Amino acid sequence: MDLHVIGPLASPVERAAVDTVLGSAESGWTGGQRDARNDGHVARGGHAARARRDLLLPALHALQDRVGQITQPGLNYVCKRLSVPPAEAYGVATFYALFTTTPRASAVAHMCDDIACRLAGAEEVCKDLQRTLGPAGSPARDGTMTWLRSPCLGRCELAPAALVTVAGESPIRRELAPIDAVGIIGALEVALNRGADAAPRATASGPAAVTASVPQAGDSGLRLLARIGTTDPTSLDDYRAHGGYVALRNAIAMGAVATTREVTDAKLLGRGGAAFPTGRKWAAVAVQPAQPHFVVCNADESEPGTFKDRVLLEADPFAVIEAMTIEGFATGASRGFLYLRGEYPLAEARLLGAIDTARAAGLLGVDVAGSGWAFDIELRRGAGAYICGEETALFESIEGKRGEPRNKPPFPVEAGLFGKPTAVNNVETLANVLLILGNGDGVGGGARFATLGTEGSTGPKLFCLSGHVARPGVYEVPFGTTLRELLELGGGVPGGRAIRAILLGGAAGVFVGPDALDVPLTFEGTRAIGASLGSGVVMVFDEAADMVGTLRRIAAFFRDESCGQCVPCRVGTVRQEELLARLADPTPGKAPRSRADELALLADVGRAMRDASICGLGQTASSAIESAFRQPELVGL
Amino acid sequence: MTAAHRPGESPLRIPAPPMPPAIEAIFTTPPARASRTPEAPPVQAPAPVTITIDGIEVSVPSGVTILDAARAQGLDLPTLCYLENLAPVNVCRICVVEVTGSRVLVPACSRKVEAGMEIQTESERVRHSRKLVLEFLGSSVDLSLAGEREPDGDLARWAERYGADASRFGPPSEPAAAGVRDAHEPGHHHAPEGAEAAFATSIAQPVKVDNELYVRDYSKCILCYKCVEACGEDAQNTFAIAVAGRGFDARISTEWATPLPESACVYCGNCIGVCPTGALMFKSEHDMREAGTWDGSAQTVTETICPYCGVGCVLDLHVQDNTIVKVTSPMDSSVTEGHLCIKGRFGFEFTNERRRG
Ligand SMILES: Cc1cc2nc3c(=O)[nH]c(=O)nc-3n(C[C@H](O)[C@H](O)[C@H](O)COP(=O)(O)O)c2cc1C
Ligand code: SF4
Ligand code: SF4
Ligand code: SF4
Ligand code: FES
Repeated sequence: MDLHVIGPLASPVERAAVDTVLGSAESGWTGGQRDARNDGHVARGGHAARARRDLLLPALHALQDRVGQITQPGLNYVCKRLSVPPAEAYGVATFYALFTTTPRASAVAHMCDDIACRLAGAEEVCKDLQRTLGPAGSPARDGTMTWLRSPCLGRCELAPAALVTVAGESPIRRELAPIDAVGIIGALEVALNRGADAAPRATASGPAAVTASVPQAGDSGLRLLARIGTTDPTSLDDYRAHGGYVALRNAIAMGAVATTREVTDAKLLGRGGAAFPTGRKWAAVAVQPAQPHFVVCNADESEPGTFKDRVLLEADPFAVIEAMTIEGFATGASRGFLYLRGEYPLAEARLLGAIDTARAAGLLGVDVAGSGWAFDIELRRGAGAYICGEETALFESIEGKRGEPRNKPPFPVEAGLFGKPTAVNNVETLANVLLILGNGDGVGGGARFATLGTEGSTGPKLFCLSGHVARPGVYEVPFGTTLRELLELGGGVPGGRAIRAILLGGAAGVFVGPDALDVPLTFEGTRAIGASLGSGVVMVFDEAADMVGTLRRIAAFFRDESCGQCVPCRVGTVRQEELLARLADPTPGKAPRSRADELALLADVGRAMRDASICGLGQTASSAIESAFRQPELVGL
Repeated sequence: MTAAHRPGESPLRIPAPPMPPAIEAIFTTPPARASRTPEAPPVQAPAPVTITIDGIEVSVPSGVTILDAARAQGLDLPTLCYLENLAPVNVCRICVVEVTGSRVLVPACSRKVEAGMEIQTESERVRHSRKLVLEFLGSSVDLSLAGEREPDGDLARWAERYGADASRFGPPSEPAAAGVRDAHEPGHHHAPEGAEAAFATSIAQPVKVDNELYVRDYSKCILCYKCVEACGEDAQNTFAIAVAGRGFDARISTEWATPLPESACVYCGNCIGVCPTGALMFKSEHDMREAGTWDGSAQTVTETICPYCGVGCVLDLHVQDNTIVKVTSPMDSSVTEGHLCIKGRFGFEFTNERRRG
């Protein structure tokens, strides 16, 4: 391949930004200073440059953070450094919603208008923003700031939420929740005027904030959430004082095979949505002859209504690092990747701190905890793409490509990240691993873990309770707790209003009515009523809730987040959204067909997406919508 | 800087393992040669596996795809994004079949057979998905030329076979102005409101004519990825075009939608050769179609060898009214596998310069 790069040269600022990730360019071949004597005779770059393709996303982040845009000269420089064809790099840059290839104000408010925030008045905030700053995306205040609508930001318990990003020498990313238009504009102004240090951290990290997200914080019966609010998330000593790094010591003492056996005996099922047995996954990776093996922690949490992983990552970061280390030990990996969604800056700061601290303490690196085994973890930041939570899309994204899911088989345990055997697990799944391998006061041992919960769903479970409940937040309950009991924990519906519907499992889940309140919250219990636990979303809609608007927002979400690779999902999500718009506005004479025909067509679309799409996104894009139309009283259409 | 990375290197790049000790005896005398060329080691034929296709038990070589197996049985499975000489991307989903035990339908073009597989190629479930795929494409893409062209067969015939009726989704929306679709940012689409929703959103847009050799009419693009594969890894290794954008806004594009003459394109035309819908087309053909003078039935195809260099590529000259109107190469040619370079593909204009006077 001849790298063909056109347009102006990158500015010193752009080059410096990219160099923070890639180091400085070594020769004229890779975009550096050209030295005719040396560069003229030996070609440099080539394979070595292409081998670093996985640094494409980090380099794009550096550009976006520094100059507020992926500029053509900047991207060209990245292309030269990594020997990536510009058309391909452009395809990557235009895949991710947090990157922009067109000029944009440096200060941007990403206002969440997704389902939970809608229930909390996000549309009013958007209207206020529109009044003060103009339409979404238009430059305001002399082109210094703008606002955009955003899909779920994972702060549903504090809705409505926004994320503020300010590009510059010290770029700012800050989560704000709950927030209104005045607060958002204020935060933008402060950030623009005074830079990173002056702007108050809107997401408080003290005990008050934790209680707002975890109402149970401090309760003695908690296992997964035991350290939340009681342990300083920035202190390794405090983590150790609260049972930290016991599980890793136990694992190393018993050996990789026994460690995996404990996880298998625990009958732990993955908490990321697919409920796959974790022990089986680890064992399958461990025996693969191909080397090296990788472990990946899926912290892309972008399912609307989901925020449990965020709470764990922010408030118990060492736990995630320790559990990944155990997973690496059990599967014979030497490198782990933690893929974190780009909208979680606080979690990112905490995790980077935890990784550095753990490495300094010899708990990561060439000799983990004195065992002679080498393992390290690298954090990779997502860039605004729900689909990158799908495990194979996640691999593509880490590899520096568009987040398009791969065809399966082959499965990740055989050919995953960089084509090598890979164990990928959700954050909450990993948190359970610490209980299994911890000592008695936690849970201690697979067999003991398996006695918690029910036969088919072992262990404790986190639920993300949001919407119309008195005390939304992350709740830990044993599997088998009923929906009614969970809602009671959350204080029920405020104002004594009746429940109209409950969304189980997120946008990819299903709506159930009040008649389902006694369903036990287990994998098998929800399956029996045609629902699923998904990512643990329990979103409550009271009798006055705007269900039609909610359904249309869900349809718009899938329309936006489809990767576009396969026809059923790429076009099906568009047709589904149009059908909902027609059903919501049944002006006589406007709709081309009868309502019954429209509903039949909606069902046809849903069935094809479910049957013929490549990945879980398309396969579940009609799930919640169809479930609502199966129970017309929920929709009120 | 994202603090996740140290300049130049991520913390994780674990040093390469030490090289094995240098082999010392490099310069020893080689063993005496065998007096005759040794036989090639016997190649083990792949063990056949038994599968059931549409109720009939058949034995096929292991490692073949369901599509290969079905076609060997004489079954007519539709494909759009599949092409023998490209790596299967399985994105169009028109070839899906039902495999017992699989929750979802599986793409025949890429899924390998496994012993004991029970496959149904025309079940009601299969027919439903194929019908909807055809309707999804028909309602969003201009498929008017998708039927005529080899090798992907006849879209209209399939539409009839599966009872596809794209008009169920309403009349197509108005074409976008030039450049509008190229500028769509991911994650921020315009949601249909009110009367807009009566129209089926389409990708209609003006034809891109930016050079003298070929045009790109992306209103006709089904996003089968073939041109990207042919331009990149699978043939040309130029990577001038790639998929940009996301979801329904995904599109084939050069960087920043740069016109082809400024892009990396070398005009090999291999993308034209694989495009199944006529989205990529010789400018000569495009102009004649615009003028209404294109007449496929009046054309002859003459097979010849490219006169330019010593490779000896097989050319098919498509001739109408004693004028070459386009050049292709047969997919099954062992020399070209259907791919050419700019000279063979476009270097025929001089034959049209008749000596005057
Ligand atoms: C569209 C889509 C999005 C997903 N998003 C996530 C996610 O954000 N986090 C997650 O852990 N798993 C997500 N998954 C599931 C992963 O593909 C995978 O099953 C999971 O990470 C495996 O971990 P587990 O076994 O611990 O659950 C998603 C799947 C799909 C199809
Ligand atoms: S189902 Fe949707 S998200 Fe998944 S591969 Fe297909 S287009 Fe992409
Ligand atoms: S003509 Fe050749 S180089 Fe140009 S885009 Fe097509 S395949 Fe790529
Ligand atoms: S231009 Fe043609 S070959 Fe390329 S993706 Fe579109 S339909 Fe396929
Ligand atoms: S031909 Fe198999 S998915 Fe397109």
